[in-house]
Amino acid sequence: MKILVCISKTPETTAKIAFKDGNTAYDENGVQFIMNPYDEWYALVRAVELKEANGGSVTAINVGPAANDVVIRKALAIGADDAIRVDADPQSAMFVAKQIAAQAQGYDLILTGKETIDYNGSSVGAMVAELLDLPYISYGTNLVIAGTTATITRDIEGGEEISEAGLPLVISAAKGMAEQKIPNMRGIMMAKRKPLNVVPAVAADDLAVATSFSLPSGKSEVKMIDPDNMDELVRLLQEEAKVL
Amino acid sequence: MVLIYTEAQNGQFKKASLEAITYGHKTAQAMGTQCAAVVIGNADNPASLGQYGASEVITINNPNLGHFDSQTFASAIAQVAQSKNAQVVILPHNSSGKSLAGRLGIKLNAGVVSAANTLPTVEGGSFKVKKNVFAGKAIAEYEIKSAVKILTLSGNSVQPETGGSEATISSMDVDVPASKVTIKETKLQQGDTAPLPEAELVVSAGRGMKGPENWGIIEDLAKAIGATTACSRPVSDIGWRPHHEHVGQTGVAIKPNLYIAAGISGAIQHLAGVNSSKCIVVINKDPEAPFFKAADYGVCADLFEVVPKLTEAIKKAKA
Ligand SMILES: Cc1cc2nc3c(=O)[nH]c(=O)nc-3n(C[C@H](O)[C@H](O)[C@H](O)COP(=O)(O)OP(=O)(O)OC[C@H]3O[C@@H](n4cnc5c(N)ncnc54)[C@H](O)[C@@H]3O)c2cc1C
Repeated sequence: MKILVCISKTPETTAKIAFKDGNTAYDENGVQFIMNPYDEWYALVRAVELKEANGGSVTAINVGPAANDVVIRKALAIGADDAIRVDADPQSAMFVAKQIAAQAQGYDLILTGKETIDYNGSSVGAMVAELLDLPYISYGTNLVIAGTTATITRDIEGGEEISEAGLPLVISAAKGMAEQKIPNMRGIMMAKRKPLNVVPAVAADDLAVATSFSLPSGKSEVKMIDPDNMDELVRLLQEEAKVL
Repeated sequence: MVLIYTEAQNGQFKKASLEAITYGHKTAQAMGTQCAAVVIGNADNPASLGQYGASEVITINNPNLGHFDSQTFASAIAQVAQSKNAQVVILPHNSSGKSLAGRLGIKLNAGVVSAANTLPTVEGGSFKVKKNVFAGKAIAEYEIKSAVKILTLSGNSVQPETGGSEATISSMDVDVPASKVTIKETKLQQGDTAPLPEAELVVSAGRGMKGPENWGIIEDLAKAIGATTACSRPVSDIGWRPHHEHVGQTGVAIKPNLYIAAGISGAIQHLAGVNSSKCIVVINKDPEAPFFKAADYGVCADLFEVVPKLTEAIKKAKA
């Protein structure tokens, strides 16, 4: 079974969020980058587990500049066999999806994280599936493969749904699908020698792009309430905040 | 025309769909056009969507659309959008809306902005809309440049508004292939509280609870106000609470009207997913807990004493 895992690079979760060029671009200065947690903890780890159980291979794919190679090497250290980097500086989900689809022929399973923690788009998986005319199941929390059939549990509002589909297909991974795995020394050493193929981007338009950024207006000073006077808190919630 | 994808459960339109209609109606007004709703499968009284601003409701009944599958549903919606010349397609930002939006973007060669939370600004030829990015730590304005635009609407960003009239109803035939996905089982939680991403009131608790056996006081408080329960990440990681309750940067991002947090320190990754809440109440015994800086109201005390007192005060106020 050939598995393709789409990985994205995102700022580390405690990174400062600031903008430059008149608030038109994210200021990466001094920011540490990580692999998008959903891609790493759930999609990639589950892909490696499936390969270890059923045989086959795991390829990690990233659309991005050479600076992303560190994140890609981490995917190789966690257990991907090889990697593809589409050399580009993507500005939209659709651009990314078209690059991935162009490289995704011949895979039995394509996994993404449920969303990225920077632009929170949650749309690349669906776009890739549409470009390849494959089924797409989002928010998978459990994935079992038997022969050429996938059984997926996914989160839906207020519950979960269990479905079945034949390979090939595209699945986005959410919490529950696997457990975060720290790469060991051997994995890190081996990752250095695994193939990372850099390929040029195909032509694709950006149809929706972020043009400006702002920070949320700060909260006003917190009102401390006497712990022995919860009636007062209830009154404020009803009359001042008007939320009860 | 502005086209809205709606969903019903047990015949009733979901609140997210009504929010999308109100939002779509206002978007259509700004563009000088009308808003139409598409309903796939059974729903009671589709004409009632007119109350929320739809001037037309298009119903689709097709044996290949018996269960949700993004592939077949996207095909049906794209056919409606094309035949009605839709300039904008709006979907709720929920599990189905998210999986349809990307597909529709490809089918209609349309730019997609997901989780929009303000009305778009439409000026001349330009179409811009805002959404939260970096899990709520910042706001971005997007410009969509394609002829057709696709938006998913973040939950609880607009409230459904009534005041319209009955909508005209027409049915439409679509040509869709059989679904390649089979649904084996659907498990919905019992009870009548809203699912977390849609909830208006949320009561959340963290490691300060000491153990899963203590959650009774949190459930009592939630029950007293009709809130949905949530938790911090470590609490779901160690299995005290189910994964779907985990809120934050790597869990569910929520924006309820009221978020009550007990025994949660307020780490940056937790705040990211909840700081869009309209009103935040923090109960923590540590006066230095970072969460107080992000709160509207704070109670610095032992949660095991305060939470039951708050529940009593609410019951008293309601009685
Ligand atoms: C990559 C990454 C992603 C993450 N994503 C998330 C995320 O999505 N969501 C998330 O929540 N976390 C996330 N975290 C974890 C986050 O950093 C914090 O560790 C976590 O939020 C802390 O959970 P907590 O507040 O429940 O526990 P703690 O930090 O242990 O806080 C417990 C609090 O309870 C208070 N307390 C204890 N006893 C009492 C009492 N009797 N009465 C009143 N108060 C009491 C304490 O004063 C303390 O403030 C992430 C971390 C990383 C590294």
